[in-house]
Amino acid sequence: MAQPTDAAPTGGELRKTPLHGLHAALGGKLVPFAGYEMPVQFAAGILGEHLHTRDAAGLFDVSHMGQARLRGDDPARALEALVPADIAGLATGAMRYTQLTNEAGGIIDDLMVTNAGEHLFLVVNGANKDGDLAHLRAALPGGIEVEHRDGDALLALQGPAAAAVLARLAPGAADLVFMTAAAISVGGIDCFVSRSGYTGEDGFEISLPGDRAEGLARRLLDEPEVEPIGLGARDSLRLEAGLCLHGHDIDGTTTPIEAGLTWSIQKRRRQEGGFPGAGIIQAQLRDGPARRRVGIRPDGRAPAREHTEILDAAGASVGTVTSGGFGPSVGGPVAMGYVQSANAGEGSELGLMVRGRSLAARVVKMPFVPQRYYRGRA
Amino acid sequence: MSDIRFSEEHEWIRVDGDVGTCGITEFAQEQLGDIVYVELPEAGRQVAQNEEIAVVESVKAASELYAPVAGEVVDSNQALVDDPAKVNADAMGEGWFFKIRLSDPGQLDALMDEAAYLALVAEQA
Repeated sequence: MAQPTDAAPTGGELRKTPLHGLHAALGGKLVPFAGYEMPVQFAAGILGEHLHTRDAAGLFDVSHMGQARLRGDDPARALEALVPADIAGLATGAMRYTQLTNEAGGIIDDLMVTNAGEHLFLVVNGANKDGDLAHLRAALPGGIEVEHRDGDALLALQGPAAAAVLARLAPGAADLVFMTAAAISVGGIDCFVSRSGYTGEDGFEISLPGDRAEGLARRLLDEPEVEPIGLGARDSLRLEAGLCLHGHDIDGTTTPIEAGLTWSIQKRRRQEGGFPGAGIIQAQLRDGPARRRVGIRPDGRAPAREHTEILDAAGASVGTVTSGGFGPSVGGPVAMGYVQSANAGEGSELGLMVRGRSLAARVVKMPFVPQRYYRGRA
Repeated sequence: MSDIRFSEEHEWIRVDGDVGTCGITEFAQEQLGDIVYVELPEAGRQVAQNEEIAVVESVKAASELYAPVAGEVVDSNQALVDDPAKVNADAMGEGWFFKIRLSDPGQLDALMDEAAYLALVAEQA
């Protein structure tokens, strides 16, 4: 039996997050990821961790991600020259998902931007952070300071029990609604907490000094609802939630419009442009893109993995799977990928070329599981 | 009388008469993690030694099984299709994949006995 090769060998020394010792102590299976040694799973395994997160609460170490603060002369306006979202219009404590675009309208990286009051707080992908920081420093005007918060940790607490758990340590956290953030003391530690995540569940992301991270992680893991979750379940959770993984579902050759991220470009920016690739993105908004990212459900039980060729009902090649696997909460295979726009309608019949055979599949709406974000009391 | 042998591909074959029952090892199921899908060979298929014969997929990735010996497939474990987790629960027993009628029992001599296989696993673990 051929061994799976999900962990590509990396050159050089792997970095460690402030929670590396805790991962090892908890029995995490450590693999190279984004230049770090990170836990792909713990004792419960990917399936168990995935289901536990949807059922109760999971704690994720995402300290490999890049955290940065932008300060200086109107950093919101300055950042708008690099991303298509409305950043200037962000109220204090509000956050938005956006993309760093290139001149082709492609996505250099996707990121979260929060108006933290006296600075803008950015979270970018771990695998891209060095390039992102270089890009920001080169492209932003001299009056903008880019401070890489390399020593800070980032914990994600996700799942339906996350709010009740965090309220025990930080009563104010429960007042945050989805996509807002605040400086909050959690168990006596000064943290920057946002109500956000990468699982489709309610939850929080907690930025804090690296040297306090293990203490807070242990404190959260002491709560009966909370289990440690590795990168394997993080990937299956985000796939079921229909969320993109940069380098797979989006990259420098895919635009936000093709990727189905049009919702992340607010009206003023669609009209005004003023970001890299704006002409191409505005033309796609007007005329429709030639291809679109769609959700795909195979009819059978066989998962279709990344790079699987997608056929139309007549057998012509119309696209490629960019993420795919087994959805533990769906209880079957799920995938996303790009298809020609003519084949992107809900219910379109597709074939997936798996091991030399075309397996029947169809286009479905994403997310594959209902989102359960907290948007305030009804 | 039965005899169990192991391949370098982390598969086992337990031979009884001229029929070998095959599956993946305990070490292999642990490495793969939660198994969510299997694809099994049809009875009657003739396979060469080391030919791709079945597929096992975990949440993480897909892997192929190779025929540890040449012969004719005489049965496959349909219970795995509905409950692939049986492979995790009992890789060397209820989690068997297929049975082969050996065309060349001499091929077994090149496979490892349990001691040799455990030494290989100790090296890779």
